[in-house]
Amino acid sequence: MKTGALTEQTRLSPDRKLDLEEILKGLEHYRPRRYGWTWRQPVRDGQNGPFRYSQVSASLDPNRSIPLPAAKYFGGIDPQPGCIITSEIASGRFEDDLRRMRMVAWHGADHIMVIRTTGQSHFDGLIEGTPEGVGGVPITRKQIRATRKALDLIEDEVGRPINLHSYVSGVAGPEIAVLFAEEGVNGAHQDPQYNVLYRNINMIRSFIDAAVAKKIMTSVGMLQIDGAHNANATAREAWKVMPELLVQHAINCLYSEKVGMPPELIALSTVPPTAPPAPCIRIDLPYAVALRWLFDKYKMRAQMNTRYIESDLREATVTHVLNVLISRLTSADIQSTITPDEGRNIPWHYNSVAAVETAKQALLGMDGLTEMVRLKEDGPLREKVRELAERAVLFLEEILEVGGYFTALSRGFFVDSGLYPQRVGDGIVREKDGGVGAETVVPRDADYMAPVCYHFGYNALPPGTDKPCDLIGGCTLCSPEKIIYIDELDEEDNVHVRLGETIEPRRKGVLRPEVEWYADGVVSLTVFYPVDKVRAEHAALALASRLGLENPEVIHSRVMHPVEGTLVEVKGKTRIDIDPEELAIPDVPALLSEEEISREARRKGITVVAATVGEDEHSVGMREIIDIKHGGLEKFGIKCIYLGTSVPVEKVVDAAIEAGADAILISTIITHGDVHRQNMKRLHNLCLEKGVRDRFILVAGGTQVSDEIAREVGMDAGFGRGARGIEVASFLVNKLRDRGEG
Amino acid sequence: MGRPDDYQVRRKHLAHLSDEELKKTFWKTAEKVVNPLLDLARYHTSPSIERSVLLRMGFSSLEARAITDRCMEKGLLGKGAGHVVWVLALEKSLDVREAGLRLARGEDWETVEAVFSAREVNRN
Repeated sequence: MKTGALTEQTRLSPDRKLDLEEILKGLEHYRPRRYGWTWRQPVRDGQNGPFRYSQVSASLDPNRSIPLPAAKYFGGIDPQPGCIITSEIASGRFEDDLRRMRMVAWHGADHIMVIRTTGQSHFDGLIEGTPEGVGGVPITRKQIRATRKALDLIEDEVGRPINLHSYVSGVAGPEIAVLFAEEGVNGAHQDPQYNVLYRNINMIRSFIDAAVAKKIMTSVGMLQIDGAHNANATAREAWKVMPELLVQHAINCLYSEKVGMPPELIALSTVPPTAPPAPCIRIDLPYAVALRWLFDKYKMRAQMNTRYIESDLREATVTHVLNVLISRLTSADIQSTITPDEGRNIPWHYNSVAAVETAKQALLGMDGLTEMVRLKEDGPLREKVRELAERAVLFLEEILEVGGYFTALSRGFFVDSGLYPQRVGDGIVREKDGGVGAETVVPRDADYMAPVCYHFGYNALPPGTDKPCDLIGGCTLCSPEKIIYIDELDEEDNVHVRLGETIEPRRKGVLRPEVEWYADGVVSLTVFYPVDKVRAEHAALALASRLGLENPEVIHSRVMHPVEGTLVEVKGKTRIDIDPEELAIPDVPALLSEEEISREARRKGITVVAATVGEDEHSVGMREIIDIKHGGLEKFGIKCIYLGTSVPVEKVVDAAIEAGADAILISTIITHGDVHRQNMKRLHNLCLEKGVRDRFILVAGGTQVSDEIAREVGMDAGFGRGARGIEVASFLVNKLRDRGEG
Repeated sequence: MGRPDDYQVRRKHLAHLSDEELKKTFWKTAEKVVNPLLDLARYHTSPSIERSVLLRMGFSSLEARAITDRCMEKGLLGKGAGHVVWVLALEKSLDVREAGLRLARGEDWETVEAVFSAREVNRN
């Protein structure tokens, strides 16, 4: 076995961190285990715990996923929606992104989209090695191999194939397509219009390169996603470009199909264009329906809105849920996600997870929606769909009238803020002989020849050539062993240097906070000040500085009232390291499951007597622990005799004897003069005096009580602030078992 | 250069179409926009396309760049960079990879130039 291959040693286990050094080993020999795109497998019987689903796929390996928080009420189920879920990950250091990929995979993502570094579009050729990126990752052979290898390990861990995706665009499209095909990249953005409009790459070069790139992508079954959604993100009034978006999708779809790409490998990148307070469903739904009607043989990649995302995470999340509603009312083969913090910074680890959870939560919540709700066949919805299609046809007709696509580009037809045929005159203008890579295209001579497979266009192969690459004894697409691997070209700017700087703390496991890169030290503070926005922001910055955070910056603020108060979020950097070896972490007994506690409690018939003791009127804490509605002891079938507040300790003991209880629970909140300790001590001593100490489990609780303090003064256990009923119940069942009463 | 929304005027020739006819018109018109682009692609090439051919032939990105840059200098890109390498391999009975490495180093260009100009003479 070659050194780059996966072995038992490299296999991931949930209690071990991803070993980056291991992943970087033997990459020169690493080969992808499969090519092309993989969809999720829909399941017929969607039964999952207590519920039946109709739009779900096979579940992940048990204990290899993290369900939604509320799953604990439903037996911990983690149903997986039927569509692919995308996470876009690219912090600039791919080695740190690999860990984030593992996190999102555990939450339900199976399409990892790696955003390219700023400037790669204009790089005329392939980048090699692992330089650091800005706003994305430099896509190179080594970076792809390392990422694919990590994803192979992660998909084995969670039990579901994960698709890797990046961009076949820019001036080096055909080369990147070859690289991706050779290295088993599963999906890619490819749309020459994106090059022209948003990267100012020459239009002729873009279309000629695109045809070759698309044919190569097709050779390995790579899924293509187009770039039309960028018009949403660029146009001043995003909803007005809807007719143009239909035109852009049509041009790329048809161009791809004519090059030889089958429709099932062609996906439209669609985004609901508006967001509240706009009545977004009224505008976005007809557009979504029009797309799925006109483009019914292609796949739909439903993206979330970025155009109107501000720094408010809550606002972004609500918009994104409405986007998923559109997906559920129509269809989505891929549900892409936008992190809620995209409006404030390069996405942070936990916000990538949040975005995936938003998609999963909303998709599951709206499972089977169209079995109960149908879109109307008349009225404003259908009228709008028709109107959008007509406006798109008129757009196409005018392109032909003016002399074709290139002329239309030179006249600023695209990304105009007017709702076509209305024109504002602010469209993007591109000249036929302008842009990056202009005048680099040459006609193929009559004897033009390319001795390789999957080459688009005219190719004067020698007569009698069966397979083009027979001429050279095989091309890399047929004989991958011919691929030349370059490791690093830059001695300073590479992953080994970056890892070398942090290898010691990484190995030791020293902890410094991070949001993006290993130990970046970024911490965020949420602060409310009862003043206006300006003063609140400055006060929060001053607070962050005094807390020792370097370079504090306001990342969000929201006025609650012009003078009564403002919420501010500040980020800053800390250099404080925590050594986990030095943390005094008390042993936490493992909790029993709810089912186990209930079963045992019913079998044994556990009874407890509970009271707040002394001169103490606090009842809330004890109620939380015992009441059925708070998930307390009663929920598990434990009989609770609650004596009330300010109960003398003697009375509690007498009641327990009379009831034949198994345990006594006292709550003691007031701490003046150590009265809480005295109460606990008194309970213990009184039980000893009466000769019943062995009969009862003694438990004390209170805001200033800890397990340590309680045991010191004779209790069997103590529970402090935030304790839950299940913890007490679990303790009681375990303790009774230890006593041999099980 | 603004223009008011004259949709109601422009749509007259579409108004009578059924939804299915409208959908057909959409795709037929799109096809007319796309076809000329496709013809252009079929009969042209670019430095990136030629480098992609060389990559597929088993050259590294650095070697592919060196060969393609020299093809452009010599005006041979329209022959196909892979073709140029293949011709040298045949002419000198070299392994394809060895032929490409020589060209990447700037060697043997006179040989391939001679082969291609002889072919031009024969054709004329």
